[in-house]
Amino acid sequence: MILLKGGAKDNIIKLFNINFSGLFRFDIQGGDREIMNLVKKEYITKNILKIRTKTNSNKKYQYIGLLFILPWLIGISVLELFPLLYSFYLSFTEYSIINTPKFIGTENYIHMFTSDPEFYNSLKVTFFYVLIAVPLKISFALLVAILLNFNLKGMSLFRTVFYLPSILGGSIAVAILWRFLFAEQGLINGVLSFLNLPTNNWLGNPDTSLLTISLLTVWQFGSSMVLFLAGLKQVPNELYEAARVDGASRIRIFFSITLPLLTPILLFNIIMQMINAFQEFTAAFVITNGGPLYSTYLYGVMLYENAFKFMKMGYASALSWVLFIIILMFTLLLFKSSKQWVFYQDGRND
Amino acid sequence: MRKRRSVFLYVLLILLGIIMIYPFFFMLSATFKTNEEIFSGIGLIPKSFSFDAFINGWQGIGNNTFGTFLLNSFKIVIPTVLFTIISSVLVGYGFARFHFPLKKIFFGIMIGTLMLPQAVVIVPRYLLFRDFGWLDTYLPFYMPALFATFPFFTFMLVQFMRGIPRELDESAIMDGCNSFTILTKILIPLLKPALFSIGIFQFVWTWNDYFNSLIYINSVDKFSISLGLQLFMDSEGTIAWNEMMAMSFVTILPCVLIFFFAQRYFVEGIATSGLKG
Repeated sequence: MILLKGGAKDNIIKLFNINFSGLFRFDIQGGDREIMNLVKKEYITKNILKIRTKTNSNKKYQYIGLLFILPWLIGISVLELFPLLYSFYLSFTEYSIINTPKFIGTENYIHMFTSDPEFYNSLKVTFFYVLIAVPLKISFALLVAILLNFNLKGMSLFRTVFYLPSILGGSIAVAILWRFLFAEQGLINGVLSFLNLPTNNWLGNPDTSLLTISLLTVWQFGSSMVLFLAGLKQVPNELYEAARVDGASRIRIFFSITLPLLTPILLFNIIMQMINAFQEFTAAFVITNGGPLYSTYLYGVMLYENAFKFMKMGYASALSWVLFIIILMFTLLLFKSSKQWVFYQDGRND
Repeated sequence: MRKRRSVFLYVLLILLGIIMIYPFFFMLSATFKTNEEIFSGIGLIPKSFSFDAFINGWQGIGNNTFGTFLLNSFKIVIPTVLFTIISSVLVGYGFARFHFPLKKIFFGIMIGTLMLPQAVVIVPRYLLFRDFGWLDTYLPFYMPALFATFPFFTFMLVQFMRGIPRELDESAIMDGCNSFTILTKILIPLLKPALFSIGIFQFVWTWNDYFNSLIYINSVDKFSISLGLQLFMDSEGTIAWNEMMAMSFVTILPCVLIFFFAQRYFVEGIATSGLKG
């Protein structure tokens, strides 16, 4: 964040400020419900009448607030910011964990870019993975959200079913299950031969191993779907009605109303999924352990091996900073491009 | 026309639903099958029901049964969840209700860490925890929770608290509340659903966490269920898939139960803060 200028910071805050209030349906019990109704009423009238209570900026500082955020201040300094800077320093050292870090200048980076064949391979594999998994996952999420938004009976059951893999997907049990399903005589090949289609050694074949791992990611489209669904429920009905009165076709309505209003959520999903995908570890580590022939040697696996298997803490830090820069660049690029395609309802397209 | 469309929609959704959920059913059915039967067909109904896979699998490796791993996971998860809730409430309250120096910058940093790739802090964190003497203990799980380093949850609570009008706080002050009792008597009761949501998210994430247990825990008797499962898989020359699936099923069971009993909290929690998944 420190690296970003003011404008970018506002963009990020806006990104996380997507209004999902359409989904607040918490049941509040008994007396609480009455309070909450009062709260809602007051809140709504205040918003409609634009009554502004004194803003805080006129008041003097309430230092007790600092006391409340103290745990976070300590946490962020000791567990996030210090490690961030320390890993930057370590990236210029040789540090095999037993001895003290030895400063070697940019040697780690030079080695990485000139004489580490695994580095380029792993970059390639990771880019492929991100390029396959993220767009597929998000398109699926959007498509299914649109289907579920037709509000037929039993939709919440479907939502549950589609969401379940997202909850369990990161666990090692599911990684093992995946290995089991895509084994040479596993369920997937069983189904394929049942349908008289050619079978494949999905995980043993370097041409399909990465795809199989990506499928596990795509299978967990549920959480992105829930976000899209929340966004779809937010689209004001008047807009649809107005469009229908004007005689717009269904397809036209989708592309001119629904999709533009979903773009903030789309941006959010793309950015968060991309950040996660670049760091993917468990699936590739547990299912294929990077193989066969390094075909699933994702960046996360390489990072792990260098740090905790070869104990090259300095080199691992350099690797992690390169990944950090890559992710940062892609994030900024997406933010920059978002001015062209993301539509904010408040009209401030800055 | 309308009817035909909804029939088409149902067929599509049911097909997709089956694809999504079939792996779990197949996992469950494999636990009752023999190893040979598992790979002989794609059906769900086993020829004969036998709980041998559960009984044999439960024995685990060496002296450590899956009971140990399960208990260890609870020892990791429960304090982590409690600490997360306490710290995020305090910090969220601070950000939502008070005006203090550098607040905007701090809040910006918090939002920024939502997007900070954790890969970049892993090595120094590991070294830090090693120097504190925390390796092979559960403190690397507890401490980040206690110090509110899960910006998702803090952010979610700030969002929630902003939706509760300050007039409530102000009338509470007149009734003699101080800034701490406003939190405990007024806000926390209203935030209960959000806190529940945080709790179950953190439960599932910590329960499923593999990477942190992998790097911080080395003694087998302290292994979480994820590590136990991995060890169980690696320890056998030829994998007994029915036992493997039985133990995998045991591993995911707590999360599945939580998911079905509390799924609206997941859906609403994720929609409030846009959590990852």
